[in-house]
Amino acid sequence: MADGIIHTEGLTKVYPGADFKAVDGLDLRVRRGEIFGLLGPNGAGKTTTAGMLTTRVIPTSGTALVGGIDVVAHPALAKQLIGVVSQQNTLDRQLTCWENLYFHGRLFGIGAKESRRAATDLLEQFQLGKWADKSVYALSGGMAQRLMVARSILHRPAVLFMDEPTAGLDPQSRLALWELLGELNRAGQTILLTTHYMEEADQLCHRVAIMDRGRMLALDTPAALKATVGADTIVTVRTVGEPAGLAAHFEREVEGTTRVRPVDGGVELHIARADGVVPRVVAAAERGGFHLADLSVSEPTLETVFINLTGKELRD
Amino acid sequence: MTVVAGQPPAPTIAVTPLRSAAAASRIALGALLLRDLTVLRKHVLEFVLRTLIQPFLLVFVFLYVFPQIGQSVGGGRGSSTFATVLVPGVVGISVMFQGVQSVALQLSQEFGFTREIEDRVQAPCPVWLVAVAKIVAGLIQGLLAALIVFPIASVVHAAGVHAVFNIRWWVVLTLLPLTCVVFSAGGLLLGCVFEPRNIGLMFGFIVLPITFLGGTYYQWTRLAPVKVGGFSWLQILVCINPLVYVNEGLRGAFTNSAHMHFYIVYPVLIGFAVLFLAAGVRAFRRRVLS
Repeated sequence: MADGIIHTEGLTKVYPGADFKAVDGLDLRVRRGEIFGLLGPNGAGKTTTAGMLTTRVIPTSGTALVGGIDVVAHPALAKQLIGVVSQQNTLDRQLTCWENLYFHGRLFGIGAKESRRAATDLLEQFQLGKWADKSVYALSGGMAQRLMVARSILHRPAVLFMDEPTAGLDPQSRLALWELLGELNRAGQTILLTTHYMEEADQLCHRVAIMDRGRMLALDTPAALKATVGADTIVTVRTVGEPAGLAAHFEREVEGTTRVRPVDGGVELHIARADGVVPRVVAAAERGGFHLADLSVSEPTLETVFINLTGKELRD
Repeated sequence: MTVVAGQPPAPTIAVTPLRSAAAASRIALGALLLRDLTVLRKHVLEFVLRTLIQPFLLVFVFLYVFPQIGQSVGGGRGSSTFATVLVPGVVGISVMFQGVQSVALQLSQEFGFTREIEDRVQAPCPVWLVAVAKIVAGLIQGLLAALIVFPIASVVHAAGVHAVFNIRWWVVLTLLPLTCVVFSAGGLLLGCVFEPRNIGLMFGFIVLPITFLGGTYYQWTRLAPVKVGGFSWLQILVCINPLVYVNEGLRGAFTNSAHMHFYIVYPVLIGFAVLFLAAGVRAFRRRVLS
């Protein structure tokens, strides 16, 4: 197992009645102490993968180990090692915020006194102290999410699983949650998260597995994944009128172009040696007699990587 | 100890389970029950009111109002005889409603709208034990219900109306818990099978027929005259209703009135308990695992 805290081999799931594999032969190793991201569009198999690792989804074949424990053979043991934050709000509506944490501690065998202390401390740490005695109905979406994270780590799980942690959060709450997860991780918390936001995978994760249609297409650090694009700059050019011949023209005229992809109303150029790229693109457009309507320059993103791997956009 | 905001607690993260599956499961079961009892304590007034309202109305109308307005019940026999028949039935029906309210309705809500169950099944124990914890909590609430309903049902009577009791403790102490298990497990099954939006159907097609055809207001033997072509169809049909056996058994437990033999009541109720437990746990697993 070495330093692998999660280890899967040939992990496969076919849901009853489905004629396709929701997850198809996944081999995964997640190291202790890292934030590991499963990135992909809806239906890529991310949630199913997380479901199998957290014992909720029974694999059709293959093995999955968490902390060396087979999650299918010994779910009760494996569940001692994991914390789960699901997409929906699963807080206990009949209890107060503080009680939600306290009873979670008791559930995992933490004594009454220690559970009380941990509940109080975590509410403070997660800036929910003044909500301790309030019903969970009183919390906003972002606060409920924070309380769920607090609850999931109270028993010090070896791995924290988060399914689309920031889906449905406003931008400010999302940033706050990223910061919080970063802090937890620096304190030693291993985190596996699923996301379809490439910024989330890029900013938060040490390593990212890109998934599509149940298969893992690539696995590396965000920087290494972006380096596979083979370009350091992405220029999107939109023109007035018919962009026919535009792609071929730029590929020929702009030095260092590694790839040209048609987009709505123009083309996207992947350029490797990008010094002074804007004047070069403008000059090339003038030479070809194209009238530029818009020009934007960006760096390659995980979205670019995903498009290169699958030919489609992440949001499709 | 004080923790500065933003400072995570000292990392003492174990990468191997701290306890055996059996020990962790035992602790989890205890904590699940502790949580349920805490919620019960917080809502104790609500619990008492919702438990008492139906039995109170039943005895109020049948044993207080009817005798005073001269409305005849109990087949023309005395009101006291009817009271003796009705009071055990009221206890039986109250325990059944606990199964529906404290297990089925709550579970259906946790599955549907609050999704709480998704967190509950991450407890470090087998999934079936989470279902069993629901049944045990339902059992406790059923016993409490019987405890508070019996005295009320025994005293809310018009002047001159007296239920005659002869309590057989060994039957009370065995039959009541068995009854609570039957209806808690039944509640588990109903809660897993019916979606929240279909709760109305559950009441209409399951709960009401069980209530009205459960021998609460009459003894089972008295259904014999309801015949079609010489066949006592209703008496045979209600044999699929567990409440019939519960009420007949409770009549034997609390009174001297005629009742079904205990050697029928106990095996049949044990059979219902096993059936509902097995089907309920199976339905629960199917709802939470995929």
